[in-house]
Amino acid sequence: MSRKTFQQCINEALAQEMRRDPRVVIMGEDIAGGIGSPGERDAWGGPLGVTKGLFPEFGESRVLDTPISESAFVGAAVGAAATGLRPVAELMFVDFMGVCFDQIFNQAAKFRYMFGGKATTPVVIRTMIGAGFRAAAQHSQCLYPVFTHIPGLKCVIPSSPYDAKGLLAAAIRDDDPVVFFEHKLLYGLEEDVPDEPYAIPLGEANVVREGADVTIVAIARMVHVAAEAAETLAKDGIGCEIVDPRTTSPLDDETILESVEKTGRLVVVDEASPRCNMATDISALVAERAFAALKAPIRMVSPPHTPVPFAAELEDLYVPDAARVADAVRRTLD
Amino acid sequence: MSGAEIHALIMPKWGLSMTEGTVVDWLVGEGAEVTPRDEVVEIETTKITNVIEAPAAGVLRRRVAGAGETLPVGALLAVVADASVPDDAIDAFIADHDAAEALAADEAEATPAEPTMVEVGGRRLRYLAAGQGDSLPLLLLHGFGGDLNGWMFNQPALAAGRPTYALDLPGHGGSSKEVGEGSLAAFAEAVVGFADALNLARTHLVGHSLGGAVALEAALSAPGRVASLTLIASAGLGSEIDGDYIEGFVAATRRKTIKPFLERLFADASLVTRDLVDDVLKYKRLDGVDAALRTVADAVFPGGRQATVLRDRLSGLAMPVQVIWGAEDRIVPAAHAAGLDANAAVHVVAGAGHMVHMEAAGEVNRLIEAFVRGVG
Repeated sequence: MSRKTFQQCINEALAQEMRRDPRVVIMGEDIAGGIGSPGERDAWGGPLGVTKGLFPEFGESRVLDTPISESAFVGAAVGAAATGLRPVAELMFVDFMGVCFDQIFNQAAKFRYMFGGKATTPVVIRTMIGAGFRAAAQHSQCLYPVFTHIPGLKCVIPSSPYDAKGLLAAAIRDDDPVVFFEHKLLYGLEEDVPDEPYAIPLGEANVVREGADVTIVAIARMVHVAAEAAETLAKDGIGCEIVDPRTTSPLDDETILESVEKTGRLVVVDEASPRCNMATDISALVAERAFAALKAPIRMVSPPHTPVPFAAELEDLYVPDAARVADAVRRTLD
Repeated sequence: MSGAEIHALIMPKWGLSMTEGTVVDWLVGEGAEVTPRDEVVEIETTKITNVIEAPAAGVLRRRVAGAGETLPVGALLAVVADASVPDDAIDAFIADHDAAEALAADEAEATPAEPTMVEVGGRRLRYLAAGQGDSLPLLLLHGFGGDLNGWMFNQPALAAGRPTYALDLPGHGGSSKEVGEGSLAAFAEAVVGFADALNLARTHLVGHSLGGAVALEAALSAPGRVASLTLIASAGLGSEIDGDYIEGFVAATRRKTIKPFLERLFADASLVTRDLVDDVLKYKRLDGVDAALRTVADAVFPGGRQATVLRDRLSGLAMPVQVIWGAEDRIVPAAHAAGLDANAAVHVVAGAGHMVHMEAAGEVNRLIEAFVRGVG
């Protein structure tokens, strides 16, 4: 057990899984630091240094710097997975995923089904999500609902260093294609995390905080925003139960429904754009299957339906904050 | 006690991660006479709830912290002094209290630092050392699925004037998850190997549950290495055990499925907090733990019974033996404490369950201290 950041946990999970299984390889743009890097061979370790140190340990046959062509290297990773390797491809920002949709949606996600269950595609695509990084509209989106929509893909969205390590290990050990979303503002978050390898099963929500009055379902960084709101509300005697689904596909609907059946109130906090996001999906789930338990209308807290603004003042207004979450919770109690 | 002394009751540090605690309730009013065994205040952390006993005989002169207040470790909770100590001396004592200093003074005495790893027979074992002195060292062995943190209420008290070591048995806590055949003999060999690695020629062995059976096995196989034996809610003294607990603990993977089993460990089920459950789940998710627990359960508790019953062999042991049990133990019945060899001193603690060393820490600590002090 030692203090580790979210970013260190990603690195440690990759290293431990690579030691554990020689079929695990990693690939992506600048994940070691190739052409154009300042000379040494482990120069960069990815745009934010997450994979730094893996190249010296595992070498160029397992740590592959790729050309700037997402369609090519994600396609290569999917093909390698179908033929015996367990690749982890890093696609810098989820915003760039558009150029390799076919490889993900129509190939990786379909192989098991199309080949009568005889093919497995154990590929993981790691990618950064989230606003608040002053990186403008093309580097700030939370596109996980798009991937959650596709049958055959698993979607993992960790909110803490402990979860990041255990969920990434589980994603790599899983025989299906997994898209692993890392919120860039969580990279510096730190907590005590076991040094030994461990895996957290995909499809198990985490009840981050227990409370009797209102259920808040929140994802990624919004778990922390919800926790801040819950602290404030606790001072007024309002007990919030926070459920972090951790994976949106498979979704642990049982834990969400059980919580709402207990509290009778639901607020869903989702940083993804508001139409067809996880907030609408989870609200629909609860409205359909736990309507009788609801004592008040469901509230959703999401950004407005606009691109993520570049102006700092506007970006800060765009991302849901604790005050908005607290307000939504209070409205379920009116 | 000299009449003028003023004694501080401070927020304790239970376990490595505790930074603050909350005063749940006062059990004694201001102005009441207290003696060192009296429970004065109930403290809750995110992990566990426990009581603090009076630090000395006297009058509870002042309650500094209010019920519901959350305070850092070392913070002043109350002041105990003789009735003759003037009020302004009490006021000055309270004004002078420094939480960091009080904790440092307390830590220098007993509170452990960080766990350490040691290589024993090709395996890495984790342990926590605390205390110094010329008295014989004392070695603490946890139960099935437990780890060294289970001694958080005991090790600091036992470490006053004596080296103590809380060990993570193979397959447990931060130790290697390789358990070999997972038998009592294999565990006992690891314990003796640990004592060899740390140059501990003779130790007092204190074992809880599975750790008790391991301690007993070690005392039988290496009697020269064991100065005394304290068996707490021990396995190895009868064939009954709650087999559902063992199977449930091994199989459960989620908070809600494991919690009902953990609640069976305590007479007061409310002691099982979220953090306690989370710690168990985090341990269970570590690579190799599933296989380790399965192997041990199959070797030591096959078919929901204890495979090895050593009660008839207590009479052959030369070292002093003490047996402590919680009367409300739901895992290993307290009836196993009855009818033991006359050589064994038996104490059954009312109102406590299987985790008697946590639920009645003060009493268990006093029993162990008095017992080992008589030996050396």
